[in-house]
Amino acid sequence: MMASPDDLKFQEFEEATDLLSADPGASTLSMSGTSSTAPASATGDIKLDMSDNEEGQEESSELLGGEKRTSAFWTFEYYQSFFNVDTMQVLDRVKGSVMPLPGRNFVRHTLRSSPDLYGPFWICVTLVFSVAISGNLSTFLRSMGDSQYHYRPQFHRVMIAAVVIFMYAWLVPLGVWGFLTWRQREERQQSGYSFLETVCVYGYSLFIYIPTSVLWILPFEWLQWLLIVVAMVISGSVLVLTFWPVVRDDTKVTAFGTVATILVLHALLAIGCKMYFFQTATHTITPEPVPTRSLNHTTVILTTKSH
Amino acid sequence: MAEVDESSKPMFAGLSDVSISTDIPVEGEINVPVGTSSQDDEYSTLDEPVKDTILRDLTAVGKKFVHVMYPKKSSALLRDWDLWGPLLLCVTLALMLQGGSVDSKEDEGPQFAEVFVIIWFGSVIITLNSKLLGGTISFFQSLCVLGYCIMPLTVAMIVCRLVLLGGSGKVSFIIRLLVVTASFSWSTFASTAFLADSQPTNRKALVVYPVFLFYFVIGWMILTFSQST
Repeated sequence: MMASPDDLKFQEFEEATDLLSADPGASTLSMSGTSSTAPASATGDIKLDMSDNEEGQEESSELLGGEKRTSAFWTFEYYQSFFNVDTMQVLDRVKGSVMPLPGRNFVRHTLRSSPDLYGPFWICVTLVFSVAISGNLSTFLRSMGDSQYHYRPQFHRVMIAAVVIFMYAWLVPLGVWGFLTWRQREERQQSGYSFLETVCVYGYSLFIYIPTSVLWILPFEWLQWLLIVVAMVISGSVLVLTFWPVVRDDTKVTAFGTVATILVLHALLAIGCKMYFFQTATHTITPEPVPTRSLNHTTVILTTKSH
Repeated sequence: MAEVDESSKPMFAGLSDVSISTDIPVEGEINVPVGTSSQDDEYSTLDEPVKDTILRDLTAVGKKFVHVMYPKKSSALLRDWDLWGPLLLCVTLALMLQGGSVDSKEDEGPQFAEVFVIIWFGSVIITLNSKLLGGTISFFQSLCVLGYCIMPLTVAMIVCRLVLLGGSGKVSFIIRLLVVTASFSWSTFASTAFLADSQPTNRKALVVYPVFLFYFVIGWMILTFSQST
């Protein structure tokens, strides 16, 4: 009996904070997730709403990655918090990655500091299969008139595509995040992204390559290069718009160097995929790895996988 | 008190009841102490003939195949899950898919191990995905459903191999394309009928898409199977 007035008071305090922080946000957070984690996600969502202000509380929410992880990393609920998205949210994020507008930071605006792992993971998987299957189809279509050509499924390409794309989508964000965090500590800057947000941005930025790889089946060289340019402009601008506000306070060399490195790696992935999986008709169909002049970090993997 | 006496006595207590009729006040039925299995509480499955045991499992597997052929929203597939059916289908499919087109060592089709790994690994990942998104279905139930719904694709594989026996021209390709497309849509539809109920409404598409991708990849492997002549 003595406990109940205290409980009521505590709950009212929480509800009041909910109302206060929900007002300025007007964000599309679904707080009606799972009832078992409702208190935890409620406090997490409060932090997300307050991160709309650019000063002050942003630092604490940034250090926590914008979302409070209430479980230990060996419990299932910890990983469940990474998949707390609805269909409409995923579709919105995909749309945001395909149509980058200047001034719209992908992390701040579209993710609203609640990154998920569903999008990056399944976009990578889809990209692996779309690149391998489209490559196979394009090889088949090119050589259809050749009477000696016998169709080959070329299944080992799926494994190579998987290794390359997953390593790009997870190791490059790790490097970028590590570098940015190190610079942020050195220069005492306020803003920065968590590792999860970096992975999320990279994952969603790869989405544009899926329709591009399907369109690469059409055997027109000029069309393929045009598609590469368009795709790189779109996904590159998503990345630039995300990372430029973070590095622009740094020294000019570091800022431009970081952005240039990001863009170059992205370009290497696109060009490497095109050259390896969609060989032109003048080459003979030989399962050799990509010519070493264009890739430096993926040739090691390719040569070990090519036997 | 009588029950305590009965359960603490060994199984031979029933024999003593038969030989000495009235001196020992043992009343009631003496059952074999049932440990954990609650389903077979009338008799112990140790005593039945082997044929019954095997037939019971085969009947259960067969019933689930029928459920996949005519997917209705019944919970029988989910409640009595088993992994025999998926194993059988996976091994059959992998055996039939392996080693197509062996012109050069690197351009051949998927090997047995690759197909096996893709099917099981893919099922595990889809199950994890569905559970992480907040699904109420259990891990093995989901594996069971995904495995059983490969059956239309296995049937398509058999049909494709028969069609390939007749030649591998354009007509056979179109037939195979139609058969594989029909069976892959059937598989996706059947598994969605079982899995979609366990998800909250605003995440159904997020769960259905990986299933679609999974069966699409298997369908692709079936369609591109070409025999080395």
